[in-house]
Amino acid sequence: MLYAILCYHDEAVVGSWTQEQDEAVIAKRMVVTKKLAAQGKLGPVARLMPTTAATTIRSGREQLVIDGPFAETKEQLLGFYIVDCASLDEAIDAAGQIKRDEEGGAFEIRPLRYFDPGANPKGPTS
Amino acid sequence: MTDIAWIDAALTAARPQAIGALLRAFRDLDQAEEAFQEACLRALKNWPLNGPPRDPAAWLIMVGRNAALDDVRRRRKNEALPSDEVISDLGDAEADVADELDNSHYRDDILRLLFICCHPDLPATQQVALALRIVSGLTVKEIARAFLVSESAMEQRITRAKQKVAAADVPYEAPGAVQRAERLAAVAAMIYLVFNEGYAASGGTAHIRIALCEEAIRLARLLLRLFPSEPEIMGLAALLLLQHARSPARLDASGEIVLLEDQDRGMWRRELIAEGLAMLDKALRHRRPGPYQVQAAIAGVHAHAARAQDTDWAEIDQLYAALERLQPSPVITLNRAVAVAKVKGPAAALAMIEPLGQKLSGYFHFFGVKGGLLMQLDRADEARIAFDQAIALANTPAEAAHIRMHLDRLAKDAAGGTLAANPRH
Repeated sequence: MLYAILCYHDEAVVGSWTQEQDEAVIAKRMVVTKKLAAQGKLGPVARLMPTTAATTIRSGREQLVIDGPFAETKEQLLGFYIVDCASLDEAIDAAGQIKRDEEGGAFEIRPLRYFDPGANPKGPTS
Repeated sequence: MTDIAWIDAALTAARPQAIGALLRAFRDLDQAEEAFQEACLRALKNWPLNGPPRDPAAWLIMVGRNAALDDVRRRRKNEALPSDEVISDLGDAEADVADELDNSHYRDDILRLLFICCHPDLPATQQVALALRIVSGLTVKEIARAFLVSESAMEQRITRAKQKVAAADVPYEAPGAVQRAERLAAVAAMIYLVFNEGYAASGGTAHIRIALCEEAIRLARLLLRLFPSEPEIMGLAALLLLQHARSPARLDASGEIVLLEDQDRGMWRRELIAEGLAMLDKALRHRRPGPYQVQAAIAGVHAHAARAQDTDWAEIDQLYAALERLQPSPVITLNRAVAVAKVKGPAAALAMIEPLGQKLSGYFHFFGVKGGLLMQLDRADEARIAFDQAIALANTPAEAAHIRMHLDRLAKDAAGGTLAANPRH
């Protein structure tokens, strides 16, 4: 079974860490992820930029583009895509095409701060 | 991370919201600060035992408010005649507490807290000192070190600033749209000042300067979380991130300034550049240009150039022209001249800055740029005069040392009988 591990924290707190504190946390985690990678168990790893860099699109009769992160708590995170685009406009366009003609829900578009594609432990599942 | 380091980061992160809410409850800066201090002390005792609360800011507001109420009750027992005003104010505070915790005032609380630091009567240095003390929670000692003044002088400066703010009668009701926009612009300018204090290296150790830059970035992100669709706030955040990304390459091992074109670009912090460019991209989608966005775009052009010689100076020239239109200033024209020198040559640039001589007669960089252009034009004697004037106006030893290097080169060229233009300038 493939599992996604989603990381949550108060970004105001993480943003208050010094560079050294931040690097220490990453280094501590890397010890574990390297081990997982050696066992062929680690897929893609990503660190997102802060929510201040986020843009959200909402579906309805027409698509709305809103600055800022997805802020509703009555909807749940159900999945994600990673796309390689030259600009935010292109990413918004890609997200809009994926979501076209769907009722409800939202896509939050957030640039990545760090990305390691990793090995794909199993290939696509469905 | 140790308990203390974690708690410290959580207290710092919660500080603007907690003090903002306590300020609205008590309408007195000192009282709000004291209440917050007391709450922090209790957090340091309580959190390691019971674990951190789910919402540290709410916890601190609640505990700080109760501690202040206890304090007043104690004083009421000791004092024969309590001030009615104090009691009725605290009654309001109690009724307001549910409000405070549901975050409905969150935005305006923090904006008000930031805004009281930018009172127009306060000179820039006092605004920065006050913001660092109240919003960021730096100690007076740390701020004094950043400004290279004694602790007691800084203490006085902050006390005076607080008195002015207390007398200024800041309105506590939620601001209207126009008022909010005005506050936002004043706060953005103050955050930029905090950054510049760190970036311009006008004093203090490298450590404290970097702390000021990081603090400004933190405040810009905070402001952006409160006002997510303001392109100029995005531009401000982008500008600070892009500038700060170059910090590791800006001074050499002996603390001397390394010019942008000589910097080791491998030392630039890529993650900050990426975030800055993403913020700028987001801002430009709004098609509502402003000075911060244009300045961020200029920093972005530099960030895009893998080597100094790849810099798109024509683009920078155009961006400075746009900035001159938005915000006419001789300093901007001076900066534009540096780009013009690259695109059209030093003679065109010199013609551009010569009329600025009177307005910028006390400005270090004016004479530095002028000397550099004259040197390129083989006008060594005039270059020497300009460099001498620059040294007299230098703000830091690093600035003076940098100009002295040019003078040494001129002296060497003169001794060698050649006046070859330095191709790097």
